[in-house]
Amino acid sequence: MKLETKYLGLTLPHPFILGASPLASNLDRIRHAEDAGVAAITLHSLFEEQVLRYEAGMEAHVYAHEDSFSEAGSYFTKDVDYHYGPEEYLTHISRAKEAVDVPIIASLNGTHLGGWSYFAKEIARAGADALELNLYYLPRVSDESAEIVESRLEEIVKSVSESVDLPIAVKLSPFFTSLAHVARRLENAGAKALVLFNRFYQPDINIEELEPTPTLKLSDSSELLLRLRWLAVLFGRYQMDLACTGGVHNRDDALKAIMSGADVLQLVSELLLNGVDRIGVIRREVENWMEEMEYESLAQMRGSMSYCRAPNPEAIERGNYLRILQSWEPGNTLTETQ
Amino acid sequence: MNKPSNFVITDANEAAASVAYRLSENIAIYPITPSTPMAELSDEWSQAGKENLWGDIPTVVQMQSEGGVAGALHGALTAGTLATSFTASQGLLLMIPNMYKIAGELIPFVLHVTARSLATHALSIFGDHSDVMACRQTGFAMLCSNSVQEAQDLAAIAHAATLESRIPFLHFFDGFRTSHEINTYEPISNDILSELIDEDAVSAFHLHGLSPDSPVIRGTAQNPDVFFQAREAANDYYDALPSIVENVMTRFAKLTGRHYQLFEYTGAEDATDVVIAMGSGVETCQRVAKALNHAEGKTGVLSVRLFRPWSLEHFIEALPPTVQRICVLDRTKEPGSLGEPLYQDVVTALREARDLGKIPAEPVVLAGRYGLGSKEFNPSMAKAVFDNLASGDPMNHFSVGIIDDVTHRSLSVDETFKLTAENMFSAVFIGLGSDGTVGANKNTIKIIGEETDNCAQAYFVYDSKKSGAMTVSHLRFGPKQIKAPYLIQSAKFVGIHQWQFVTKYDVLKYAAQGGTVLMNSPFPPEKVWAKLPLEVQETLIEKQLELYVIDAYAVARKAGMGGRTNTIMQTCFFAISGILPKDEAISKIKSAIEKTYTRKGPTIVEKNFAAVDHALDSLYLVDLPASANSSTIFPPVVAVEAPDFVQRVTGVMLAGDGDRLPVSAFPIDGTWPCATSKWEKRNIATEIPVWDPDVCIQCGKCALVCPHATIRCKHYPEGALDEAPEDFLSAIFKDRKITDHRYTIQVAPEDCTGCGLCVTVCPAKNKANPRRKAINMEPHQETAERERMRWDFFETLPRPERTELGLTVRDTQLREPLFEFSGACAGCGETPYLKLLTQLFGDRLMIANATGCSSIYGGNLPTTPYCTDENGRGPAWSNSLFEDNAEFAMGMRLAVDKKTEIARSLLQKLAPQVGDMLVREIMMSHQKDELAVFAQRDRVAELKRKLGQIKDPSARRLMVFADFLVRKSVWGVGGDGWAYDIGFGGLDHVLASGRNVNILVLDTEVYSNTGGQASKSTPMGAVAKFAAGGKITPKKDLGLIAMGYRNVYVAKIAMGANDRQVIAALDEAESYDGPSLVIAYSHCIAHGYNLNFGLSQQKLAVESGHWPLYRHDPRRLDLGEPALQLDSRAAKRSLHEYVDNEVRYRALSQINPERAKELISAAEAHSGEMRRLYENLAHVNKPKPNNGTPI
Repeated sequence: MKLETKYLGLTLPHPFILGASPLASNLDRIRHAEDAGVAAITLHSLFEEQVLRYEAGMEAHVYAHEDSFSEAGSYFTKDVDYHYGPEEYLTHISRAKEAVDVPIIASLNGTHLGGWSYFAKEIARAGADALELNLYYLPRVSDESAEIVESRLEEIVKSVSESVDLPIAVKLSPFFTSLAHVARRLENAGAKALVLFNRFYQPDINIEELEPTPTLKLSDSSELLLRLRWLAVLFGRYQMDLACTGGVHNRDDALKAIMSGADVLQLVSELLLNGVDRIGVIRREVENWMEEMEYESLAQMRGSMSYCRAPNPEAIERGNYLRILQSWEPGNTLTETQ
Repeated sequence: MNKPSNFVITDANEAAASVAYRLSENIAIYPITPSTPMAELSDEWSQAGKENLWGDIPTVVQMQSEGGVAGALHGALTAGTLATSFTASQGLLLMIPNMYKIAGELIPFVLHVTARSLATHALSIFGDHSDVMACRQTGFAMLCSNSVQEAQDLAAIAHAATLESRIPFLHFFDGFRTSHEINTYEPISNDILSELIDEDAVSAFHLHGLSPDSPVIRGTAQNPDVFFQAREAANDYYDALPSIVENVMTRFAKLTGRHYQLFEYTGAEDATDVVIAMGSGVETCQRVAKALNHAEGKTGVLSVRLFRPWSLEHFIEALPPTVQRICVLDRTKEPGSLGEPLYQDVVTALREARDLGKIPAEPVVLAGRYGLGSKEFNPSMAKAVFDNLASGDPMNHFSVGIIDDVTHRSLSVDETFKLTAENMFSAVFIGLGSDGTVGANKNTIKIIGEETDNCAQAYFVYDSKKSGAMTVSHLRFGPKQIKAPYLIQSAKFVGIHQWQFVTKYDVLKYAAQGGTVLMNSPFPPEKVWAKLPLEVQETLIEKQLELYVIDAYAVARKAGMGGRTNTIMQTCFFAISGILPKDEAISKIKSAIEKTYTRKGPTIVEKNFAAVDHALDSLYLVDLPASANSSTIFPPVVAVEAPDFVQRVTGVMLAGDGDRLPVSAFPIDGTWPCATSKWEKRNIATEIPVWDPDVCIQCGKCALVCPHATIRCKHYPEGALDEAPEDFLSAIFKDRKITDHRYTIQVAPEDCTGCGLCVTVCPAKNKANPRRKAINMEPHQETAERERMRWDFFETLPRPERTELGLTVRDTQLREPLFEFSGACAGCGETPYLKLLTQLFGDRLMIANATGCSSIYGGNLPTTPYCTDENGRGPAWSNSLFEDNAEFAMGMRLAVDKKTEIARSLLQKLAPQVGDMLVREIMMSHQKDELAVFAQRDRVAELKRKLGQIKDPSARRLMVFADFLVRKSVWGVGGDGWAYDIGFGGLDHVLASGRNVNILVLDTEVYSNTGGQASKSTPMGAVAKFAAGGKITPKKDLGLIAMGYRNVYVAKIAMGANDRQVIAALDEAESYDGPSLVIAYSHCIAHGYNLNFGLSQQKLAVESGHWPLYRHDPRRLDLGEPALQLDSRAAKRSLHEYVDNEVRYRALSQINPERAKELISAAEAHSGEMRRLYENLAHVNKPKPNNGTPI
């Protein structure tokens, strides 16, 4: 069975890749992922904000103590580089490249234009095969319009793609007034792939301590539906590749995502829950199913259920939504209504 | 002559260490100011794989003390490897026994010493020759360098000469003045060193090392029949040494063009008046002699380089035959001697020379002392020395540089005398420790010294505080090598980098007539004049100064640099001074920024670039009016109600005029009054905490953790508020028993350092706006005045009855702290424990304090933070040394016990007169708790009243000892460097003694005071100086070792993890009638993170298993319970959750992630193993009595 796919100019033996996560945080894990058969590895994100905060922290709490007391000119040896990132991250890229043969896709979250392009260049220099831009941003200011937000994203992608030769993927949130339009702008700015969708850090609240508490909620298959819908909408309209991330947990999830238009599938939660080796299992199950159903290749399946090819495109649009709601009654489950 | 292109610019420590490192194979080190940088550099070079002259990488090992270093060196030398070390002061003293051995065995070796004072009436980290002079009898050759260039050159000469002569060398230069002076000098290449070192001598040395392949025995014990003769057997070697050194110096001159002599004379060939000296003071005397000779004087200076062995022949040869009067200057003091060492040698030499017919008659010889503890020795003082010599009635055995109004032995100094220095630019910069002024000036001097035709010199002066310290940078540059080892008095440029100094101190005293002043002003140029105090305006006009201003704070803010204004001020300096064309200067500043700050990150570099680019746009020249008109003057340094001593002495020191205090101002024996820190009012916080009574739950945690005791709590009757200021804050006191009291938490706004620990620890949140707590940081500028008034009133409120206070956190904080407003770092993790100690037992506390951070913030003048209660009682505190503190504490205990014993004996004897009842009550009082102590105090007061009426000599004697019938609490306090390393032997002995000595170890897991060197307390995987690759062994378990004695109370505590356990542990330790050891986790700036989170890191340290909490109380065994009680649970977090927050650990994961992972995993495993061991121990109890049943 031909599962070969192309993503960001890379020819991959199959579409199952490791999404940005702690699963590639050290070389042992990276080697394990390769052994488990991932087609490519996306590293966790380098957060410029974290680098800046660390730098500012070092300045205020480490370097500020230098040269201020007779008996101690400093409190740390000066020949050690205490500078946090991007070196740590860049070294990780280089070491990962040396350790495994599968492509390494770096991930970056910047805070300002200069930072995005600076760190992108450093990532390219470190040897990454491609770069995923994690455009996570929470607009909180009331005078920041959708246009301003979208223009900024476009500018970032343009600036990075002009700075480096690496193929650029853009990981987006689903929350845009007109996602299709944003996608077009990003493609024009130089993006080679879209990654749908980012999952957000959504802190919980400790009601006794009156504090936000970090939560890590892994995805489940129910989250896939949103991805399927937008993959289906976007498929076939752009030169950009499409990656599905969030909600792929089993064979059927994978098949649905591919049928909706995904070129690759990023897996994280399923692997965190059940081990990286799950990727090989799902891959084999997909392969078997396709053989059973007499598919010739992945390409044949890709996009078959997209908006432009599906036998009933209205079902992908609002009509489908309305039908579900109208048929829902207390005591019924959604599956029953379908 | 233009400066040669190969000149470099460093301080003398680096210059000397560079040679010592290249000529050594083994280096043993231990940190001690001011030699520490030499050890640190050697360690860094070795870690970086830098090779020595023979292509090997020297091995650098840290020892537990200088005594250990000396032993290790002796071993490394006797086994035949080239070895060196660096030390000073007390460290050098600890090496003396081995120095005798090394010299007695004729082992080639060079010890590099930054000459420093010895602790006598007080500790001084600063420079003089007290330490090296204590070694003149050891048999070491002693070679003195006078400058940075010489520190390098004579280091090389010493290493070469020791190999050829077999006599070990002590090579020394002045601590701080030379060791820390940055100056331009010509470096010595490896080629030159190779030429200089006699390889045959090196081989001979290596072959002489002990080896079982050709065994010999050294270190025999000799008896009266032979010891004496054998001691004389090496005489020839000492006789030959001067010529060997001279030969090496001659070879050195051929190789480098720099000529040195054993005794080096400069001055008039026909000089009649000659000053003889050693060290940096020589250059000052030389410059003055030159000036005097220019005005037809006949003076000269003899610099003594080879002090031991003293070559009579070379000495006489060097003296001009015309000399009639000699003044010998010694930078040390030998009380009770006929004169200081150099003087005595000169007198002896002249007498012997006359006897031998080498000189026809002895000139007049005078002796003088100067420069003790880095006391400034400047040209006007040197001039006074020459003037005294030339006077018809000169003073002998004088001092110079101070005013001795007691024994009247000091010379008068004409302070108006100044040397003119053509083509030399001088600049003084006044900054704040954390603003980067010193760092920027180091860059400035490097730019000028390395990238222009100028030679340059820099010297930095810091005040005594660990945070919020004032720094004064003295920079000179000019076409010739700068030989001016004294502070700048008349600077052509004065940069005042912090506005606060303009309004408080006479900072323009540094400015020369017609000079230029640059002020960092928060006010626009047109408003600056009106904001200046009258004194400053007057000086500006009188000295015809040119005034530039810049709001560097605003520029820094704009560039995103917070309060770091250094590069902005540096740019303005270059622009105004015109040392370099503007564009070139900016380009060089940027290149220096890139070089210095790249390690800090690209954004920091970018921000600094932006700051440089914007600096000059905000620089303005101010038009000065013709006359001063300000309505403000400098505020008084201390309040008018301060005690007399504070007014006369402390206040003068605080004003920066301590140099002007005469001898009569000082206590004769180093005894100093307590409670003076409250008069300082530093106002260094930008934000201070303000209490919100509506939110407060009155837990007292904010006061507990306040490192500077600036947060106080009181409850008091409502009526006490009658005179309160209108906006004074109070709340109903939340107490089940006392229902009619009010409660207030108040900050001392002028003493707070703004660390914010109180806010972080506050558990009470405003329910409507949880961002607000019961205590919140607010701008100092807006709140200080109001809070000052509140504080003043708060001070008048009555204190709660101490007898009614328990041992809850809240109640401990209602007790008065007797340790306040110290000079510790903002957010210090040590001081809250000390403060608590004083709250618990302060009125009966005696503290023996090991040298280190706690002795510096505890006793570094001008002010003293230990204070007294309303009865005048409080902690009695003393610092002996670093290495002996447990023994020092035990000595105090012995004294207390003996005094008590005498008192009890006398009391029994006097029972008939005193009354049996009172005597019995006093004798029987257990005094195990505070109430019993107070009751005993009342009885003793009654006793004293009775004694006053008894006419018996024993009654008079008992009056002296009666107070010791009241229990005293003796504590040895110090850091981990003391307890784990240098003082461990003594500590171990004291714990084993069974005596009632309490030990509090303020464990920062690193030598904090000297700048973060590893101790045996440093945890595995942490990076520290001397452990740059991460410490590979686990932290020593001091508590477990102490538990081995079974009769020692041991506790491990961490305030951020369990404050109640801290209080319980201190209370139990104190009440235990035997040795106690309390090990307190103390966060520190050397851990590398925002100390705001110090307490949460403490919690993480406990929860991750790194710092288990426990109390081991031998009293529990008698109850049939295990002595050890674990107060924390097994690790519930990964060690990473704790260590990843601190630079000391993170650094390793950045430079070597695999090693970091390995070490942290090993550390975690080790913690787990130790936990299991503790759990087992916590089940070990003493067998219960078997009720007489035979076993």
